Amino acid sequence: MSHADSHAAHPKHLAHHFSDSVQQAESAKLGMWIFLLTEILLFGGLFCAYAVFRAWNHEMFYSAHKFLDVTLGSINTVVLITSSVTMALSIHAMQLGKKKQTLILLAVTLLLAAIFLVVKYFEYSHKFHLGQLPGKYYTFTGVPGDNPHIFFSVYFAMTGLHGLHVLGGMGAIIWMMVRTAKNSFSPEYYTPLELTGLYWHLVDLIWIFLFPLLYLIG
Amino acid sequence: MDTTGNIFLPSGQSTIAGEVDALFSFLFWASMILFAIVMGGVGYFIWRYRHRGRETVTSGRAHSTALEFTWTAIPIIMVLIVFFWGFNVYMKMQVVPKDALEIKVTGQKWFWSFDYPHGAATVNELVIPAGKSVKLLMSSKDVIHSFFVPSFRIKMDVVPNRYSVTWFEAMNPGNYDLLCTEFCGKGHSEMIGLVKVVSEREYNEWVETSASLGEGLSLAEYGAQLYKSKACITCHSLDGTALVGPSFKDDFGTMRVLTGGQSVRIDENYIRESILNPQAKVAAGYDPVMPTYQGILKDRQIDALVEYIKSLAKNGAADEAE
Amino acid sequence: MYDNESERNYLNTPRGWKSWLFTLDHKRIGLMYLIAMAAAFLLGGILATLVRLELLTPGRDIMGAETYNQIFTLHGAVMIFLFIIPSIPAALGNFILPQMLGAKDVAFPRLNLASWYIYVLGSLFAVYSIWTSAIDTGWTFYTPYSTDSTKSVISMTLGVFILGFSSIFTGMNFIVTIHKLRLPGQKWFELPLFVWGLYATAIIQVLATPVLSITLVLLIIEKAGGVGIFDPAMGGDPVLFQHFFWFYSHPAVYIMILPGMGIISEVISVFSRKKIFGYKAIAFSSIAIAFIGFLVWGHHMFVSTQSSLAAVIFSFLTFMNAIPSGVKIFNWMATMYKGHIKLETPMLYAFSFLFLFTIGGLTGIFLGVIATDIHLHDTYFVVAHFHYVMVGGTVMAFLAGIHYWWPKMFGKMYNEFWARIACLIIFIGFNFTFFTQFILGTKGMPRRYYTYLDQYQPLHAFSSVGSWILGLGFIIMAVYLIHSLFKGEKAGRNPWGALTLEWTSPIPPPPENFDKDPVLNHGPYDYDKVVMERDIDKVKMGSVSR
Repeated sequence: MSHADSHAAHPKHLAHHFSDSVQQAESAKLGMWIFLLTEILLFGGLFCAYAVFRAWNHEMFYSAHKFLDVTLGSINTVVLITSSVTMALSIHAMQLGKKKQTLILLAVTLLLAAIFLVVKYFEYSHKFHLGQLPGKYYTFTGVPGDNPHIFFSVYFAMTGLHGLHVLGGMGAIIWMMVRTAKNSFSPEYYTPLELTGLYWHLVDLIWIFLFPLLYLIG
Repeated sequence: MDTTGNIFLPSGQSTIAGEVDALFSFLFWASMILFAIVMGGVGYFIWRYRHRGRETVTSGRAHSTALEFTWTAIPIIMVLIVFFWGFNVYMKMQVVPKDALEIKVTGQKWFWSFDYPHGAATVNELVIPAGKSVKLLMSSKDVIHSFFVPSFRIKMDVVPNRYSVTWFEAMNPGNYDLLCTEFCGKGHSEMIGLVKVVSEREYNEWVETSASLGEGLSLAEYGAQLYKSKACITCHSLDGTALVGPSFKDDFGTMRVLTGGQSVRIDENYIRESILNPQAKVAAGYDPVMPTYQGILKDRQIDALVEYIKSLAKNGAADEAE
Repeated sequence: MYDNESERNYLNTPRGWKSWLFTLDHKRIGLMYLIAMAAAFLLGGILATLVRLELLTPGRDIMGAETYNQIFTLHGAVMIFLFIIPSIPAALGNFILPQMLGAKDVAFPRLNLASWYIYVLGSLFAVYSIWTSAIDTGWTFYTPYSTDSTKSVISMTLGVFILGFSSIFTGMNFIVTIHKLRLPGQKWFELPLFVWGLYATAIIQVLATPVLSITLVLLIIEKAGGVGIFDPAMGGDPVLFQHFFWFYSHPAVYIMILPGMGIISEVISVFSRKKIFGYKAIAFSSIAIAFIGFLVWGHHMFVSTQSSLAAVIFSFLTFMNAIPSGVKIFNWMATMYKGHIKLETPMLYAFSFLFLFTIGGLTGIFLGVIATDIHLHDTYFVVAHFHYVMVGGTVMAFLAGIHYWWPKMFGKMYNEFWARIACLIIFIGFNFTFFTQFILGTKGMPRRYYTYLDQYQPLHAFSSVGSWILGLGFIIMAVYLIHSLFKGEKAGRNPWGALTLEWTSPIPPPPENFDKDPVLNHGPYDYDKVVMERDIDKVKMGSVSR
């Protein structure tokens, strides 16, 4: 009565301690949702710091935020939302077993993520050029009010942490592309794609909160 | 003589100590009784129901709503009693009496300095009269410290760039330990001072002989000098006329309406903030043009200006809730 | 070394050091954590002994003030982050949880292994920071002292940051395991209460730890980049750090105690041979403690200049959080009522828990009442309180669990006589050390003091002597436990006659946990329906006869 031989046609992707694919897939998704919850709490701390400092420096936040480029920010928002769409479509493609389409859509998602980071690079370098740096490195004099570096510190902390997560997501997408190319996925098993998709949607969602709070004050 | 406190507490020497100690004693005896019930029960059960002989099944009765309710409700009632009692005592500790003698305390690594209203300054020894309320306005020059006098049952953190307040009334002359209770580095355990409580008569004598310390001026007098020498006079009048900035006359302790509609009470923290970060709270009807004095005025000068502005509104004297 | 008759178990199968390095077996991972816990506890204990040695007399005894500050900081950081937070979940939880559910492993075995390696990495950072210019800020890293400090704040906080991920991944793993890997038909209210305890703990681990992570990140970038978020001279607020820090660190203490309470439920039921009283009340009280625990962090900050209103609200909620713990204690008492109690070592530790945790919990009330907290805050009263709940609570429960599941983990019994002696010595030593400190604190002795006023000396000396007795108890324990691995009596499959699923597997278990598919024949506490044989009654132990 050993369980070792009770799964005659044991699917390749099914791990030993799960009784069936459904249990495994559900477990993976539950695990991912919990992980996303921890990410929300991580960023939550920063949003809390933002709230506190904005309450204490109302006018300064307003004046300082004018130095953020709303056009570039909007472009990034559209880019990221589109990348969420292509990500979702790539999963749909694998549900239909279309490996080539999956790969193409993953590549487009990756490209859009890269565009996001490139735009951010331009934004950051412009700020560096003007001396709008966090904390003790701040030298820009064009913002009225006390301690204008606070706004930029908060800006860099929030967008920086977000950017790191975008980078991490890009790594995950590349890995998914490799595994797709090696035929690891099929309409019966594409859980890692789904999990990557969930993560990517969260990264997008966090930006959707960041954008108005930083770029569209007042 | 005073003998508040139970055998573990030091003798209580402030007017609030008796109430704190009564509450402490209640908690102590209630805990003793609860502990005796729990451990007495456990001890008895262990002896009475020790296993002997053959293994058999045991009672399946494993649920009683009545019991759950009882041992939830009774503790809730007890904590509510303690909560309201504690709330009462806490409020007394928080509300500073109007006529309190106000002394400025500065904590820094690793000593205490005190500035008295009459202009004297002492280090590590706080001289106060018995039988009078004393209010301490405290801030730190570096890291967080904490002002603790066990005999008075008072404690309050001393924080940089902000004022914190505590108050007490000492009952009997004597010397009482003053200890720093927020870890502040190498000299933390040696940041020990003394609260020297003397009779009111002795205190007044001391005041007269010690006024020549410091700049020879009380903080408020020094503030009056700074008002002119640092050019506050150009924008803030003393007679009620609105110039570029609001007049200082009679405004301490009152509510001020800001641009944007909110109101704020004009207290020590508000004045300090307006000196260092004038754009933070701009009075309604005035332009946000005041320059900041961050880095220009020293802490003691800010203290002096605060005292000066307060002295201009003695009848509207501040009453604190914290 | 291992006395076996070619029995295949998780210790010897598969073989080879690589099979341990890359193991996915939750039992092996649990065992590695257990060894790490012992090492961390030893390090923390040595640091504690040094602290108490220095405090024998005022003034310098064996070290200077700066060194002393570093030693007590490291004692706290090591004990909290390297030992007590992982202890029960990572060591015992990993080992036992899947078996209690009749499962073959946790939901994510590779994540489990990652969790272990992250723990190792974080610990190495922490030890490295000790090795370089060891941090001296207190384990609470308060600003501005920590941002100004030139000591190794960054490497220690980085180590703690990394350790946080280990905790988060364990929590994630346990939540999914409990939701998804139970035996078909095993309902929530048929689970052992240890599982409920681990579940409530995992929720806290997952929700609270990320807040610590971001707090430490902010501290690190403040130090490295002069950001100014906590620096008052730059418009920041040092008290904001305290809010962020305690938002994690208060729920963290419930991470410490909830699994321990789960173990106590198991042990009391088994050793009273009686159905646990108030199962649902105990289960829900764990969830209540976890939830309310997120709302009380300000009770660490009553004198930090927060508003009176906030303080009063925190005080009220703190009292509310005490109620569910009381509910548990009364239900445990009711379980013992009319039981058939056996006072073997696990039960002795449960008794110690009841005694010491009750004192710890009651003294928490003194601290929750603001009027008395003002006097007691930052004194030795607080030090005594948290040692009573953390050592008298969690460590006693941990030891109860170790002794309870020892035969399961190693197939050997330890010497019961010496185990009882060690328990007694630990109990006495602990009370000598820490009850004294309640008195010290009430008399006004502040904490984190290198030297002190002469009047406190007799009590300090007494406490230090107590610490030697406490240490002796642990040394004896280490000796007989290690001895049992080599020379202990072979244990039967179910020494204690318990009814939970982990006792149906072979001792020690094979890699896949069970030799026969586990079946739910009865509930975990059905001592009113089942008379389960105790294998221990068939085995003569040491000089104690039954």
